Amino acid sequence: MAEKVLTWIDERLGLTGIYRTVFDRKVPKVNWWYTLGSASLYLFLMQGVTGIFLTVYYVPSPSHAYESIQYIMHGVAFGWLIRGIHHWGATLMVIFVFAHMLRTFFMAAYKYPREITWLTGVILFLATLGMGFTGYLLPWNQRAYWATTVGTEIAGTVPFLGGFLERLLRGGSELSGVTLARFFSVHIWFLPAMIALLIGVHLYLIIRIGISAVPHEDD
Amino acid sequence: MADPQGLDRRGFVKIVLTFLGTIMGAVIGIPAIGYLISPATRAQKGEAWIPLGQVEKYPPGIPTLFNFTRTSVNGWEKTVNSYGVFVLRSSDDQVRVYSNMCTHLSCRVSWKAETQEYLCPCHDGHFDIDGKVTAGPPPKPMQQFETKVEDGNLSIHFIEA
Repeated sequence: MAEKVLTWIDERLGLTGIYRTVFDRKVPKVNWWYTLGSASLYLFLMQGVTGIFLTVYYVPSPSHAYESIQYIMHGVAFGWLIRGIHHWGATLMVIFVFAHMLRTFFMAAYKYPREITWLTGVILFLATLGMGFTGYLLPWNQRAYWATTVGTEIAGTVPFLGGFLERLLRGGSELSGVTLARFFSVHIWFLPAMIALLIGVHLYLIIRIGISAVPHEDD
Repeated sequence: MADPQGLDRRGFVKIVLTFLGTIMGAVIGIPAIGYLISPATRAQKGEAWIPLGQVEKYPPGIPTLFNFTRTSVNGWEKTVNSYGVFVLRSSDDQVRVYSNMCTHLSCRVSWKAETQEYLCPCHDGHFDIDGKVTAGPPPKPMQQFETKVEDGNLSIHFIEA
């Protein structure tokens, strides 16, 4: 019975076809360094899920941000766990994405015909750093405040455009509730949307072209 | 390769995956649900004896309003709610205390001396001096509090809904 239902659904949705294309791909003999991309994807999904859970209680306003996080940590059941996973997942994601990029570089996997995969990967790496930068302000404690003061001031040292960039990041001349709100917005909407889209392109290209083999001595 | 007991490699993997998957699902699922329903599992039932001052200061036979505030904490947020009660001291020194909250939709009632009744301005609810409904939509008589008098000081047993 169950098999009949599954066959009925599969005939119409073509799930087996998708499964074959995505998972039953021929891959060259590779090593553990080639799992970093999957690990990054897994971390991104994990950050997405725990992040969605955090927004249930977090309030992005100067008067409530800090207290709402204290509430998540001490008042909500398993709040410490959800926030802990999001906190450590963020650090791990930066490490894994960076290691993934190094592997691609040293294995020369960015060459023809995989240049676009590499380019989307570069943007994905920068977006990951952007997630780290914007997320760091959200706890609205002393460390977050001053780290963002310094971070936005660094943007201010860009020749000619610096002052404008600094005001753009801060949403004004000073760090304020406006900064917190826009960092929150970028952290939960702009960057995740961009990352999800680029991961789509990145994965499509991996499925279309396949992954490169470990370079040989004679290559 | 088929095993003598009839459990092949594929079947073994299936069983192990189902078993581990269930454990992992529970380890992830239970905290996730606990996290979401957490605030709903803590019903705050505040109750306290609220001192209303000396009984003698309330004029006999006239319902007199007494206001007080109670602080409650929801999550990280403190809320101060104000409440009002009507104190009615009868001539024989019996005290009755009524909530000024209308039993219809929680508007505040006031005492009208000229008609000797409580009037709720929202939907024209009328209560007599004993808190009984005489006209309008209120479904129940006014809520009455348990009282006690110690050394001439009146207090009421206040239970938060």
